[in-house]
Amino acid sequence: MRYVLKKLAVMLATLLVLSFLSFAAFEMIGDPVTTILGTNATPEAVAELRAELGLDRSLFVRYFEWLGRFVTGDFGTSYIYRLPVKGMLGEKLVNTLVLTLMGFALAVVISIPLGVVSARNEGRWLDRFLTVFNQIVMAIPSFFVAILLMVVFGLVLRLFTPGTFVSYKDSPGAFLIYMLFPAISIALPRVAMTEKMLRTSILEEMQKNYVRTAYARGMSRRTAMKAHALKNAMLPVITFLAVGAAEMLAGSIVIEQIFSVPGIGRLLMVSIGQRDVPVVEAIIMILAVWVMLVHFISEILSEAFDPRMRS
Amino acid sequence: MAKQDSKQTWFFKVGLILTVFMVTIILIGQFWTPYDPAEQNVAAKSLSPSFSHLMGTDYLGRDIFSRVMEGAGTTLFIAFFVVLLGSAAGIFIGALTGYLGGIVDTVLMKICDSITAFPSILLAIIILKVLDRPGKWTVIWVLAILFIPSFARVSRTEYVRIKKQNYISLARLEGASPARIMALHILPNAFPVLLPAITIGFNNAVLAEASMSFLGVGVSATEASLGRMLSDAQNYLVTGLPWYALCVGGTIVLLILGFSLLAEGLQQRRK
Repeated sequence: MRYVLKKLAVMLATLLVLSFLSFAAFEMIGDPVTTILGTNATPEAVAELRAELGLDRSLFVRYFEWLGRFVTGDFGTSYIYRLPVKGMLGEKLVNTLVLTLMGFALAVVISIPLGVVSARNEGRWLDRFLTVFNQIVMAIPSFFVAILLMVVFGLVLRLFTPGTFVSYKDSPGAFLIYMLFPAISIALPRVAMTEKMLRTSILEEMQKNYVRTAYARGMSRRTAMKAHALKNAMLPVITFLAVGAAEMLAGSIVIEQIFSVPGIGRLLMVSIGQRDVPVVEAIIMILAVWVMLVHFISEILSEAFDPRMRS
Repeated sequence: MAKQDSKQTWFFKVGLILTVFMVTIILIGQFWTPYDPAEQNVAAKSLSPSFSHLMGTDYLGRDIFSRVMEGAGTTLFIAFFVVLLGSAAGIFIGALTGYLGGIVDTVLMKICDSITAFPSILLAIIILKVLDRPGKWTVIWVLAILFIPSFARVSRTEYVRIKKQNYISLARLEGASPARIMALHILPNAFPVLLPAITIGFNNAVLAEASMSFLGVGVSATEASLGRMLSDAQNYLVTGLPWYALCVGGTIVLLILGFSLLAEGLQQRRK
């Protein structure tokens, strides 16, 4: 319990530092006033808008005001659109999260059985085929997987029409089917990496003394793998999957642009361009919380798999 | 065990051949291309691949193969400097923290850990978009800095491992300075581990550059790179010019595949 509290404290401290750094970064590169008024605005108009947006006060005052609101769940108002940031994020955040989670689920469901099969058949043709296939899949960037999927399933087989995104509010079924292709795009390179990782990890465990003892007790290779080695082999894979979950969120930001999925990726790009600090700040915080959360979960899971790590 | 060995050299050989092949073609492309990459030819637009146009032509009649040869050069240029700067700084930091240890080691490694926790491509996208200064040197600096932690970690582990060995204590007894030990006694022995890390760095740098430019935050509009060409090609996917995207994307895959096989082979040879 104390361990968990300590972890949480570190997470909060990191979020604080990160939020201040990103706040300060925008202080250096300029505010949205020129974006809104254009370069020909009179100094009076600029000063007036600055005062209206509260930009005439010091960085620290603004930061702590923002922080005070943020911890109560108020994400502030967009400088450009004058809308609550929460409302602007709503559906977009759901889309990005669904995409990331679908990709993650696909990666886990495909890579773990394949890794076990590959390790079980070590050196045979199936294992060799998977190893070579893996190496090739790993070299295909997810945005090119996306393009290949669009050509094959969209243009040749006509299973879906690229660019016709359906909101989950209108039709949850059609939404999930549309999201399947971007989800495969972000999952595929990860599937290959995770499979390889698990295979190597299992084979390493199989060399250890406790597995030899299991053989001595009359266990078959298959049972020893299932009953003993697999559990230990999963440890590095869990950490790797956590990194994967974080990378997939980054990946979905790229992929959602290819498949025209309205997610937080494009909103982030547009908002940075417009210097819309409240929106950018909210998205960066969401991304950071996600990254920390998956690492946190992976540590808790690792401990569940290996009680020795509880210290 | 013989079977295992043949597979190991197989990875290395194929990776080496592929990388040398790709790099040679790209280097040739800096001096000579079958067509002028910028030359437009209305009579020959949107052609499928043929012997006169190996990858076909684009919507303006420009030869895609010539453009890929040139554009891949930009990508490789960026990857080269990212790896050069990132690995030099990373190996140096790893050597210092690994060999000297102490509070500097703890602090620097904590910083490295928190940077690597965040997906580097996401960080690069955000930083490049905030800087808003497209161009290859911006991409090089941002990626090189983001690549430092991964090199530092590998280098640190090696320095920690090697410094405990007897020949290092001996060198120290003989009065060799820390700088001399780090550069002349440890570095050559850390090389077998650093080399695959450097190779995989190329793999990651090509991937990162392609992603950045694909999103439009990488190289500027006048510099053709593989990522930028792919995002351009993507617009013509639906209008029936799939060759463009497939050839550009295929080139990215072959480049990355070459480096990753090479890294894999180098890692396996070490064992």
